[in-house]
Amino acid sequence: MKNLSIILLVAALSFGTVASAQEMTVQEMTVQETTAPETPLPELPEGLEDLFSDEPLAETPEEPARRGGGLPFDLSGFAEGRFGLRLQDDPLQKDISLGEARLQLDAEKSWEGFTLNLVSDFILDPVADDYDIDLERGRGAVDLREANLVFSPLDFVDVKLGRQILTWGTGDLVFINDLFPKDWNSFFIGRDTEYLKAPSDALKVSLFFDAFNVNVVYTPRFDADRFIDGHRVSFFDAMRGGTRGREAPLRDLRPDDWFSDDELAVRLYRSFGAYETALYFYSGYWKSPGGLDPVSGAALFPRLDVYGASMRGPVGAGIGAVELGYYDSADGAASNPLINNSEFRFLVSYEQEIGTEFTAAIQYYLERKLDYDAYLASLPAGLRAEDENRHLITLRLTKLLMNQDLTLSLFNFYSPSDEDGYLRLNVSYKLRDNLRVEAGGNLFYGRFPDSFFGQFEDASNLYTGLRYEF
Amino acid sequence: MKRMITVLTVLIALAGGAASPAVAAEVMDIIKKANHMAYYQGKDGRARVVMAITDAQGRAREREFVILRRDDDGEEDAGQKFYVYFNKPADVKKTVFMVHKNLDRDDDRWLYLPALDLVKRIAASDERTSFVGSHFFYEDVSGRGIYEDTHELVEENDAVYVIKSTPKDPAAVEFAYYINWIHKKTFLPVKTLYYDSEGKLYRTYSALKVNPVDGHPTVTRAQMEDHRSGGKTVMEYTDVNYDTDLPEDIFSERYLRKPPRKYLR
Repeated sequence: MKNLSIILLVAALSFGTVASAQEMTVQEMTVQETTAPETPLPELPEGLEDLFSDEPLAETPEEPARRGGGLPFDLSGFAEGRFGLRLQDDPLQKDISLGEARLQLDAEKSWEGFTLNLVSDFILDPVADDYDIDLERGRGAVDLREANLVFSPLDFVDVKLGRQILTWGTGDLVFINDLFPKDWNSFFIGRDTEYLKAPSDALKVSLFFDAFNVNVVYTPRFDADRFIDGHRVSFFDAMRGGTRGREAPLRDLRPDDWFSDDELAVRLYRSFGAYETALYFYSGYWKSPGGLDPVSGAALFPRLDVYGASMRGPVGAGIGAVELGYYDSADGAASNPLINNSEFRFLVSYEQEIGTEFTAAIQYYLERKLDYDAYLASLPAGLRAEDENRHLITLRLTKLLMNQDLTLSLFNFYSPSDEDGYLRLNVSYKLRDNLRVEAGGNLFYGRFPDSFFGQFEDASNLYTGLRYEF
Repeated sequence: MKRMITVLTVLIALAGGAASPAVAAEVMDIIKKANHMAYYQGKDGRARVVMAITDAQGRAREREFVILRRDDDGEEDAGQKFYVYFNKPADVKKTVFMVHKNLDRDDDRWLYLPALDLVKRIAASDERTSFVGSHFFYEDVSGRGIYEDTHELVEENDAVYVIKSTPKDPAAVEFAYYINWIHKKTFLPVKTLYYDSEGKLYRTYSALKVNPVDGHPTVTRAQMEDHRSGGKTVMEYTDVNYDTDLPEDIFSERYLRKPPRKYLR
């Protein structure tokens, strides 16, 4: 009996084969008669006909590949080497602008709705030649990037507590309402763009409602920018009337009392269709030095409150955004030339794809001093007055090639009012999925030795790097 | 004589005009069903996807991500939202790509870069460019609007409908037409052949494997070949689930910054 069914089955199968072979011939003939495809009828995908057999296949049994390599947490990271040279001689700095080996370890552990993130860099940097660890200023052999705990105590609440990277706002390398710390040294000497963001030690609470969402970031002790202080990049000191470098770096007096020298940043946001809108508030200090102590000559971080708004969404074939902010500087700033004026800041941007895997973005940015007359009146003789308005135009071009393994990128800042600028070039190629080589340049130019970008002319550099990711 | 020709022309035109809408409607029906099967099964879905990308020199690249999909409430087979969480390669690990697919205008796309905590809005409007460096286009992953082409049934047999689709706006796309083989019993597109303006085949999509998942016939392995460059990408789907009751707010900035682990396993 069993044999019979096998014979029948074989017969049925061979009949099926013959029948489909005949069909195929008919099919091929018709194909030739009509205009349609040159290719023969495709084989049907595996499993398709089984759907209609009496005994369908079991539902997808495949087990997903599990990762982790046996560790009780998720570990990833990279190892990289970077090297850069100055294009011009700066007697106040080393000729080598960048020379470092870096290992980043990124560990993540999730359990019961809690996630712990630890990201730390270990650095061998003979250019800085400073291995004493200072986690606040990001100096030394260890740079702790993240150490935070994420959880949701209620359905509509997210909390992120600890060292974290924070970003908001609409600008591209231009910031108005993003008053989280930046690392301008890393940015200028040719480290990866991720290092433009310095970590904050903060509590971030996010509330999500139907009508709007709120982020509140409380930083119990002021986190300043890792600003240009002469250690790696020389800068122009207006009071001394000259440039300062690694032998005479800028000293600063930063507010550093826990819970009194604190910062608060708030964002209220919601979308209207495809348009994202936000209101911002910040209460804290100028993030990079915004004043000078006339007695000691040390840099100061005067009080600062910022009120701002932004909107971003589709415009034509691209994305447009507008953002503004009112910078309310410390009391008495108006008539104190050693402390930053209050300012109005404005940014408008547009980005569009202009070719195959080719994107262009432009931004116009304005910084306007709000008590300019008082500033001029109080300016000591001999000091060059800054303009009332600082205009800045940026252009970004990004082109991907070779299955997106090759990226060409250009970013230029140009200020028509300061008559200076900063060109960033980068070429990056992925040799393999986990191995990337890159080269680039940071080129500063300007008419005056004391303007925003012009003062860094001697810091212009070319760099190259190799990164292995795991 | 002249009048007769005119009458004849009118008659032919009328006959043609009367006949074609019926046929067109039938073709449109097939296209709609195929579009539904390819992109809209269940009201939401998730899958783990592994892409093996090979170029003409045999160099291999790999992408691994989890994709979440949710159909917008209201009109059927219309707007959708996608959330793509990358695990591989290492340089894009934890990166999130989000799309709100719109039928009436360009899709809205976002990228979340975790190292910078940056939510970036992507301006890319060309749907026919590579998705994450693979041979699949954005449009292959999220679907091409069925009214962007005119469709014509050129062939059929017991197994498949063969439909030729010609773009209404040829300047907007790189193909002159494509031929789609749609499996009759399931309405799954099993092969798509793209031809250039010289009638030369340059790109082929093939469904390689189909599995039933929660009662939905699902393509679990698919391939895109680029005959010009000689490269190809094989996409493999595992852990496929439908109707997992994905909340809509997963597809918002909140979850770009805080990945919804429960759904990404």
